[in-house]
Parts: sequence; C-alpha cells; structure tokens
Amino acid sequence: MAVKDLTKEYKMGDHTVRALRGVSLSIEAGEFVAVTGPSGSGKSTFMHIAGCLDRPSSGVYELDGRDVSKLPKDELARVRNSKIGFVFQGFNLLTRTTAIDNVELPLLYRHANGFRASERHKRALASLDAVGLGQRYHHMPNQLSGGQQQRVAIARALINEPSIILADEPTGNLDTRTSIEVMGIFQRLNREQGITVLLITHELDIAEYGTRLIRFRDGRVVADQAVLHRRNAADELAALPPPEPDQIPPAPEAQPQTAAH
Amino acid sequence: MSMLMTLRIAFKALGRNKMRTMLTMLGMIIGVAAVIAMVALGTGAQAQIEDQVKTAGTNLITVRAGSASAVGGVRGGAGTSTRLLPEDAQALRDVPGVQYVAESISTQTQLIYSNQNWNTRVEGTNVDLPSIRSWPLKYGAFFTDEDVKAAAKVIVLGSNVSNILFGEGNDPTDVQIRVRNHIFRVVGVMATKGAGAGGQQSMDDQVFTPYTTVMKKLTGQQNITQIYVSAASADAIDAATAAVAATLRAQHGITDQSGQSDDFMVQTLDDIVALRTAAANTMSNLLAGVAGVSLVVGGIGIMNIMLVSVTERTREIGLRLAIGARSSDVLMQFLIEAIVISIAGGAVGIGTGYLVSELLNRYQGLAATIPLNAVFIAVLFSAGIGIFFGFYPARKAAGLDPIEALRFE
Repeated sequence: MAVKDLTKEYKMGDHTVRALRGVSLSIEAGEFVAVTGPSGSGKSTFMHIAGCLDRPSSGVYELDGRDVSKLPKDELARVRNSKIGFVFQGFNLLTRTTAIDNVELPLLYRHANGFRASERHKRALASLDAVGLGQRYHHMPNQLSGGQQQRVAIARALINEPSIILADEPTGNLDTRTSIEVMGIFQRLNREQGITVLLITHELDIAEYGTRLIRFRDGRVVADQAVLHRRNAADELAALPPPEPDQIPPAPEAQPQTAAH
Repeated sequence: MSMLMTLRIAFKALGRNKMRTMLTMLGMIIGVAAVIAMVALGTGAQAQIEDQVKTAGTNLITVRAGSASAVGGVRGGAGTSTRLLPEDAQALRDVPGVQYVAESISTQTQLIYSNQNWNTRVEGTNVDLPSIRSWPLKYGAFFTDEDVKAAAKVIVLGSNVSNILFGEGNDPTDVQIRVRNHIFRVVGVMATKGAGAGGQQSMDDQVFTPYTTVMKKLTGQQNITQIYVSAASADAIDAATAAVAATLRAQHGITDQSGQSDDFMVQTLDDIVALRTAAANTMSNLLAGVAGVSLVVGGIGIMNIMLVSVTERTREIGLRLAIGARSSDVLMQFLIEAIVISIAGGAVGIGTGYLVSELLNRYQGLAATIPLNAVFIAVLFSAGIGIFFGFYPARKAAGLDPIEALRFE
C-alpha cells in the first residue's frame, strides 16, 4: 500500500481540525509496521483511512495498486471485506455467538463468489487453528479469556485472506503475558504466511515487535525507521514462567460433577 | 449479499436475544389474534343470520301489503293496505318462474285442549306451505285443497304447540281442539324447524289452518296480509320478483300514468339477509377496528424495540460495516429482523385467534368462522407493519458511521 499527500480535515463546530496534514509513505507486502504517536497525532485517522473506513480529504491511497481514496461507500465496503482484516482493542466479537460463528462473519458479507456453509465452516476452523484457540470453537465470547477473545478476533481478520491486517491497540485490554502471546501470533503470521501487519499502538515496547516504526505527531510523519532491537515474542514467552492454571476458564462441557455431597 | 444470507444473519441476530424477540412478538400476536377472533365472530354472525333466514324457505319471495293511500294523499303505514286479495295470489300462480304461491293471513289466538291451553299465532295459508318452506310433517298430513275451498275447521300444529297441548311424543292427529269458539280437528303436526329468522318467535310455535278458514271463521277479513311465492330456482328469483311486482301492479291498476305508488312490497330473502347483515357488520367492523388499533400498537412496539436494539447493537453494526457489510446489508438485516418478528408474531397470532374463536364457539355459543382471506390479510398486514415500523430503525442502523459506531460505548 502507498499513500501520497494524504490530508484529512474535520469540521468541529466553527473550526476545522486538520487531523492529517500531508502524509506520504508506502508499505510493502510482508512488512510488520508499527504506528505510534500521542493521542491527537493523527495515527487513528490514518488507520481509519488505511482501513477504508474513511476517505481522505485529499491525496491518494493506493491499495494493491488501486486508488481507493475516492471510491463510493459500497465499494469501500467491498475493499474492507476482501483486502483488510481488522483487530480492535475491544475485540468487538458478537455476543452470544460462538467463536466459530464470529470468525465466519466476514465470509457472509463476501460480495462475490460466496461459500457454501460447509466450506465456511472449514475455513473458520482452519482460521481458528491458525491462531491457536485449541478446541474452544463453540465457546461464547463471555466464556473466553481476553487473550482467547483476541485470538478469535484475529482469526476473523484472517478469514478472507486480506492483503493487510490492521490492528488498533490490540493489546490495550490485555495483561503483559497475554499481550506477548497475541504479539507472538502476529509475528508468526507475518513471518510464516507473509501477512502484512499494520499495528497502531501508543506503547513503544509493543511497537518494538514490528520491523518498522512510524511515528506520527500533529498530523505528520515525524519518524520512519527500522526497528533496531526487534523483540521476539516467542523467545520472551519461553522465558516466562508457565501461566497459572486458573487463568484459563473451564470449558462449559467440562464442568465438575456436583453429585457427591 | 444474497437475500438468503441476509435472512440467515437476521435469524441469528434474533436468536441471540430470544426473550426480547418473544416479547416483541407478543405485541403482534395479541394484535393479530384479536383481529382474527373479531373477524371470525363477525363472519360467524353473518353465517348464522343467513342460516336463520334460510329456514324461512328456499327461493322465497315475500309479498306484503303496503301502505294504504286514502283520498287527499294521507298514507297509512306498512301493511295498512287492504287491497292484497286472494285473487292477487291466484294471479301470481300464472306468473312464469313461480312454482308455489301461498296466501298468508295470521291472527293471535288461544288454543284449548282438555285442561291445557296456549296462546299462539294462527297462520292462515294453503297447501303449498310445506313445499315453500321445505318443511315436512311429523304426524298426520297437511290439510288439502278441499279444506281450503270449504274453509274447513282443520288445523296443523307446530311441534312446540303440540308438545305443550298434548305432551311430547303423543300424536294428536284427529283430536279436536278449541280455537276461540270453534272446534277444530287436528290433521297433522309439523316437524321441528328451530328458530325463525332471528328475533321472531320460534317457527315451531305456531299453527296452520286454511287461509279461508282464518278469513271466514276467525277474523272476518276480506284481504290477506302476505303472499309467499316460491321461485322455481335460485336463478329465477330476480326475474320472478320483477314479474310478481308487474302482475300485482296490473291487478291493482297501478300504471306509470296513474301516479300511484305500489301498495305492496316485494322482498326476497337476500334483501332480508342483506339488511340484517348490515347491522351485524357494523358491530363486527367496530370490534375489528378496536383490534386493529392493538395491531398498530404492536407495530409501534416493534419499532420501539428495534430502535433500542439499534442503539444497543451500535458496536455490532460498526463491526459489521468494518468487515465489509454495506449500508444496504445492514438496512436489510434490521428490516428483515422486524419483518420476521412481525410475520412470526402474525402466524402465532393467527393460531391464537383460531384458538380463541374455537373457545368462543364452544363455551360462549358464539358462532365464529375464520374466513381464509382474513388469514391472508393478517399475514400481509403484519408483514406491512414490519416493513413500516421496521424501516425507520433499520435506516438509522444503516446510516451509522462505522468509526463512530465502533467507538460507541
């Protein structure tokens, strides 16, 4: 993907907020890019435009060699569906919906050549296996830990084989250990499957899991450099003590019998 | 996205909150059930009226004496004319399309047998009455043409009268009873016919004698009050009605030039049915109207819940938009959710309405028939309500900005 002279202005009452003031950068396939910056720096606006959730006021956004900056809304929806996988801070899983149904959801909105139910099911299973959720395919989100929920969300982002995964503060709601686990998944997907990851975070240590760091301030890119000392989640995880067993909620099927009293 | 997929998504969303779905449906269920039950009552009442009126006879045309016009333009009320005569009835026998003709003149009188007595209506008629009314006899035989010619003192009892005077199961044929100060011989008893054309006394609580007997022995009148005419077939009724009226005008010397108005009235059973049905319809329309209001309230309930649901599921909508749902997909999802609720509610409502009308039938003795078109209308109407009241919330959902929606707390 490549952006050139990207600007975005909002009307807030009387005055205009210039959220992006000319951003130009390009990200090659297979990169793991971390975007940081203080709040109000424009990184969120950049992410919204990169995710085709919003259109720039001016400038060009090319995704897979196609200018998507001026596409109509329905076309943008199609691009989001086929080329972009979202992972959010708050997971945004559908409640009362099993993990596998959550993962299947983007398949239901495929605009062309949709899949049969059996094929959808197969793909969702494969996607869940890729993020290592174990056998909890039919758990509801409220039966899963935060890390497990984020895994489901990543599996959902993967299912349409997107060109790029946009992760917006994916570790914001997770503890340190789970954060490392989740970043490990991103690193593995990036390394093994060559998936492009665009990670938005305001935590520098999380950003160091990427290969390249872009820093935003006041609507401009102020730094764009390779990460010197890249962290490796897999190694860090191996060094940590094993998780306490009570962190994993029991599966509903495996509830202990309470007959003997 | 295909319609099927949208349907699937809507069903899944509804299944996720079953309690709320059920409660929303309840509004529709009650509304549709009320409409169905009320329409069923109305239709049942109409069928009942038709049944009652039809007991009067098949293909029946009734001629009544009209108002008497005296000199100076003073007009009496209906039935005041004394110009309906046995000769008129005789003339009607030659009218094409007419099968039976029976003169009618009645009086109210006391019947006495042994130590029993009963006050009832004496209907003076002729031998065609059992044919006109398709009314068989239980005991004995109807009186004969000779009886009519001779103004014989013979009498045929209605089954109620027979039961009262002689007790049930006793054949009173050839027994003599007293009518005013005359001795009449019972020649037969009619079979039980049941209620008359609504309101009027039971068909079984009357007795029949030759009309000549009533005129000469009981009332001394020269005129008759009604003529019952039976058309040869249902198709012949209209033509026969017109011919009857024309014949009577000729009989009475009423022409277009003379400026006189008809001194008789010709009515078919359909006229009577229409009259009574109109009254029943007013009532059932009123009830259906009230029920319709509850249907609209149910629809507003759907809109209310859908609006709450859109707000509550803002993040869900944001997510769906983010992963590639178009606005139209979201619009259709919420619209279909509303339509599914209303149609499912409508379907259960039809069942409930059916149940209610059955119960009314069984325990309240109210006739209730559910017309098929009412069911179709109820289904269409509930779908319409789903679309109408679901559209606004659905458009609200579809109009959400994905970024705002995802941030919504």
